[in-house]
Amino acid sequence: MKQKILKSNLIFTLLSIVIGFIIGAIFLVVAKISPAEAYGKLWHSVMDKPKYWMWTFTYASPLIFTGLSVAFSFRTGIFNIGAEGQFVVGSLAACVVGILVDVPAYIHVPLCILVGALAGFFWSFLVAMMKIKRGIHEVLSFIMFNWIAFYLSNYVVNLRAIHKPSSEATKDVMDSARILFPKSLLKLVECKAANWGFVMAIVAAIIIWVIIEKTTLGYKLKAVGSNNSAALYAGINSDRSVLTALGISGALAGLGGAVQVLGMAGRLSQFAGQEGYGFDGITVALIGGSNPIGCIFSGIFYGAMKYGGTKLTMVHAPSEVVNIIMGCIVLCIAISPGIKMALSRLGKKGGK
Amino acid sequence: MWAVIVKNLGLLINATLIATPPLLLAALGSCFSERSGVVNIGIEGMMTIGAFTGAAVALATGNGWIGFLCGGLAGAVFGVIHAIACVSMHADQTIAGTAINFIGPGLAVFLCKAMYDNSSDTPALEASAKLPKMFNGVFKTGSFGSNVLNVYSVAYLVFIFAVICWFVFYKTRLGAHLRAVGEHPEACESLGINVYRVRYICVIVSGFMAGLGGAFCTLATVNQFRPSVIVGQGFIAIAAVIFGKFSPGGAAAACLLFGFCNGVKTLASQGNVVSPNLISMIPYIVTILALILFVGKAHAPAANGKPFYKSK
Repeated sequence: MKQKILKSNLIFTLLSIVIGFIIGAIFLVVAKISPAEAYGKLWHSVMDKPKYWMWTFTYASPLIFTGLSVAFSFRTGIFNIGAEGQFVVGSLAACVVGILVDVPAYIHVPLCILVGALAGFFWSFLVAMMKIKRGIHEVLSFIMFNWIAFYLSNYVVNLRAIHKPSSEATKDVMDSARILFPKSLLKLVECKAANWGFVMAIVAAIIIWVIIEKTTLGYKLKAVGSNNSAALYAGINSDRSVLTALGISGALAGLGGAVQVLGMAGRLSQFAGQEGYGFDGITVALIGGSNPIGCIFSGIFYGAMKYGGTKLTMVHAPSEVVNIIMGCIVLCIAISPGIKMALSRLGKKGGK
Repeated sequence: MWAVIVKNLGLLINATLIATPPLLLAALGSCFSERSGVVNIGIEGMMTIGAFTGAAVALATGNGWIGFLCGGLAGAVFGVIHAIACVSMHADQTIAGTAINFIGPGLAVFLCKAMYDNSSDTPALEASAKLPKMFNGVFKTGSFGSNVLNVYSVAYLVFIFAVICWFVFYKTRLGAHLRAVGEHPEACESLGINVYRVRYICVIVSGFMAGLGGAFCTLATVNQFRPSVIVGQGFIAIAAVIFGKFSPGGAAAACLLFGFCNGVKTLASQGNVVSPNLISMIPYIVTILALILFVGKAHAPAANGKPFYKSK
């Protein structure tokens, strides 16, 4: 029984979530805010009405995509800290095509999604090439590419062709490129931003799960990730694996960006700071145990926290408590190997 | 003609001296951590908490130096957290750092809202509560001398820091130990070096320096804490360390380059000729080109990122 508990990552994850909330509560108490009231508000503003559920799913969609992106890179042994930049170029590409190209919806939507994914793919592919050809540390180039994407986006948003005068944003994406639910359905669910992004995210998660678990490609990528030299010995081209893995990972983040622009946002705004969808993706991937299906649930959890967090101001609690909670959860998951080791040592001593 | 060139040169040096210190402080600290074998990607979070603490303490005490020091200490507290997670608990270092990047900025803004009437910005600091400038009133405002010499004294102090770090790295016992621990911790342990202790010291130093860097931003660059005061400096510092091949001297040179690019940006965006967004990209593109063309592979310490398990 004890061994079982030790092996189960799920229990550690759930425990981490509980600890995260406890630490969050401590900070709330320090700030003289009742945790019961704040957490109550969080719960009710997510759970009470189906309309809130829809909002949660809407918030979750881009997070599931970036979570998948990071999880995929984790499984293939590379850390994609560049999902942020790939998300941004994905949303940028989808937004530009969504505004400037005038074609019927059945072409427009797939086209926008495709250019979003391609932009993310390309952004990540460049980094992979630099790693392979010149041995440049991918974390460094990812960080650089995140900021280049950031300023590139801010530059393009302000170009006259797509900028909406006297605003901080672009014009709205054409209706033919939006992926919102049909009007009747929008009225029914009472959420004006409800869109197909969530469905797409789930489909993507299933596809990625199949790729990782059921295909030769996934097997090869995992082999390179877990033991590079053994994979090399087995005749797997590790350079090509890195390119494929990072390319797919980038495309997923780019898809997330496209879904965000075509779904909830409808336009691109000038950034003041990094939006953080890529970094949130790291959290989603970790809570989801780097499992694509797990990412769906952790994405919904994070989406709920984000959406609920926006309502915290109503009880005068800073919404940043959500970041503290999420950070503590990640930290707890990070230290779980140490805890497991300590527990198993205790278990051995007890056994003797 | 000459007057214009000299004036602009002065402004450029001035802008460089404002942009470089936070990067340099954080990067020097990061060298310690990385060379001892602990990846610290949480620099950004440590800087943010340092920035807030620095501003809050300076507001309360009216003394910029105390604020500066406390900013460093706040960063060091996060260094302790990172060290416990990475050294004692064998956590994945990148993930622990990511967590710190959530907690640091989250906590900074949370505390700011809790302390200052639900506002995410602190009140503005009086000039007397900021870090002092070196030659106040000696030079004419706007003159070359004023631009180059009458800057926040910390801006020159950091270069002394860099020399001290170099000395510690290459001329002291601790330096030799920390470099060895990052390459081959098992061998160090067999020689009786306490790997855990060396790594703890290095990670805490890294947090302290990052905190100082953050505090510089609120106590010198601007005069208050706001969420946008630390945007990416921590990541740039990490880039500088890798760019500088994990040595204090190299990192310092890389920070100067980034600071200079930032100076060019500040100056060029005043002219409003080129989009400031395009100019902002320059440091990053320069880094990438430099890496592709000249630097190539930066050899990370062999044990970097790997948790160390004590034998027995």
